[in-house]
Amino acid sequence: MLSYILKRLAIAIPTLLLLIIISFVLMHSAPGGPFTAERELPPQVLANLNEKYGLSDPLWMQVGNYVWGIVTAFDFGPSFVYKDRTVNEIIAQGFPITLTYGLLSFAIAVLVGVSLGVAAATRHNSPLDYAAVGVSIGAQVLPNFVMAPILVLIFTLWLRWLPGGGWQGPEYWIMPVIALSTSFMASIARITRSSMLEVLTSNHIRTARAKGLPERKVILRHALKPAMLPVISYLGPAFVAMITGSVVVDIYFSTGGIGKAFVDSALNRDYAVMMGVTILVGALTIFFNLVVDILYGWIDPKIRY
Amino acid sequence: MAMTSEQAVEATALAGKGRSPWADARRRFFRNKAAMVGLAILAFVALFAVFGDFLSQWSNEELDYNVMGQIAQEGGPSIENGHYFGTDDLGRDLFARTVQGTQISLAVGLVGALIACVVGTLYGAVAGYVGGRTDNIMMRIVDIFMAIPYMFVLILLLVMYGRSITILFAGVGLISWMEMARIVRGQTLTIKGREFVEAARATGVSAPVIILRHIVPNLLGVIAVYATLLVPLMILTESFISFLGLGVQEPLTSLGALISEGAGTIAYGTTWQLGFPLLFFCLTLFGLFFVGDGLRDALDPKDR
Repeated sequence: MLSYILKRLAIAIPTLLLLIIISFVLMHSAPGGPFTAERELPPQVLANLNEKYGLSDPLWMQVGNYVWGIVTAFDFGPSFVYKDRTVNEIIAQGFPITLTYGLLSFAIAVLVGVSLGVAAATRHNSPLDYAAVGVSIGAQVLPNFVMAPILVLIFTLWLRWLPGGGWQGPEYWIMPVIALSTSFMASIARITRSSMLEVLTSNHIRTARAKGLPERKVILRHALKPAMLPVISYLGPAFVAMITGSVVVDIYFSTGGIGKAFVDSALNRDYAVMMGVTILVGALTIFFNLVVDILYGWIDPKIRY
Repeated sequence: MAMTSEQAVEATALAGKGRSPWADARRRFFRNKAAMVGLAILAFVALFAVFGDFLSQWSNEELDYNVMGQIAQEGGPSIENGHYFGTDDLGRDLFARTVQGTQISLAVGLVGALIACVVGTLYGAVAGYVGGRTDNIMMRIVDIFMAIPYMFVLILLLVMYGRSITILFAGVGLISWMEMARIVRGQTLTIKGREFVEAARATGVSAPVIILRHIVPNLLGVIAVYATLLVPLMILTESFISFLGLGVQEPLTSLGALISEGAGTIAYGTTWQLGFPLLFFCLTLFGLFFVGDGLRDALDPKDR
């Protein structure tokens, strides 16, 4: 197990480096720099600015310095637009918010999705089953950017129950979490249902029933664990998609997470912040995939490392 | 018991030459109710995209000065002034814009899926056919690419190089060739050992020709299935980017951009501006998902 984790880490580090290098090169080969503005700067000022931010060094040296700063001091450098703020500060401001609604959405998507899927599978072809399938098919075409305006229309404009945006207390969390979790909940419910149906016909379930175990125990103890395998392999991509979705949530609900930092920096050409967020998201993705792989190995003893 | 004439014909056909796997798949597909509903929906959306322009009384760029400035009162859907779906906040005809948005979204979906298919198929087939160390390295590279948050990189690209539709098409396609490459590689590994490939190799056919002439055609079923399932994902990706305002540029529009505009103006009570693009977005995705699922059930070799 340990050697497996180490092996996965050995892949993770070059991946992260590759991501850093790709985004760095992309950004520096693009036409127009961070100081390209409506009003041309005098050449001397521009040269001084480039000197200060290290933009006049050769590219390999810039990449090297950047990576060195991250590895040794976890320092993503200064922002190119906000002169008095570092990338670390900007990310530290938004990240807890993203983490709060992200984790809540994730937990709700998994809990509700799995329960719905199990309920549908154990009552196969009942009205509940059809309802669950119907809901999950419907929710598949309701990604976050579709859910967000619909929710605002219903709960803010028509019913006037919830605030339309901001981040001041738990009532501000409700709509972002629903918008972010709906389509994932639907997919998880669908996957759980079909894999549960398959597991329920297998031999070890027949054995468990034959020896007289109560149905609840059969489902929770013996069927749920193997049925979770396809769900777990879906969690990796779902996590990435959810982080991506935080961009929409941040913009539409003005929640102020890192998605907002990313889009703002993209529009301002604040290279440093863009790279910081991209690398952070990449690192999270890699870490999460590692967790998913380990979970997978823990549940399925057939997997050899 | 007497056979109906249809059954009799079927039986003789079976006795005569047997059914090809393709005919088999076709029968299964056409018996799938959900897939048929999906196909009908899709046909409707396609007809709307192709012939909608002929029905509309306004072009997508014209401003209607009669409703301008009082969209919430005057701009609603109406038959009299020719704005079947109402107008947007500038007084442009929403019907014409929805037609155009549907066209662009479908085009991005198809082109994106095509790019993903071509790149993924070639990559996967080469890795699977060559095998050994090359295969190992190529698939590790896919693993690495899969861990990159692509949406962020694509947004970077669009910001850096300007919001051109070409980058959008290519970028959306290049996001998702990896899954395709994995599937194709797996299938290639099983085909590679068959006699006909061995025979081709024995007669001195070169590797590229074997891959293109003998392996890829045998994978077409699998490729078709995943291509159909890719199209809605591509449309989702494009809509996501357009929703952020980074997609296609005015006067061009896409369903995602229209949803974004509609979402931005609902506070003024112009719900039709969100409703109609949303309806066509959902219909398109529904149709594609149903047809894709139906094709998978009909063609996926795992099911047999």
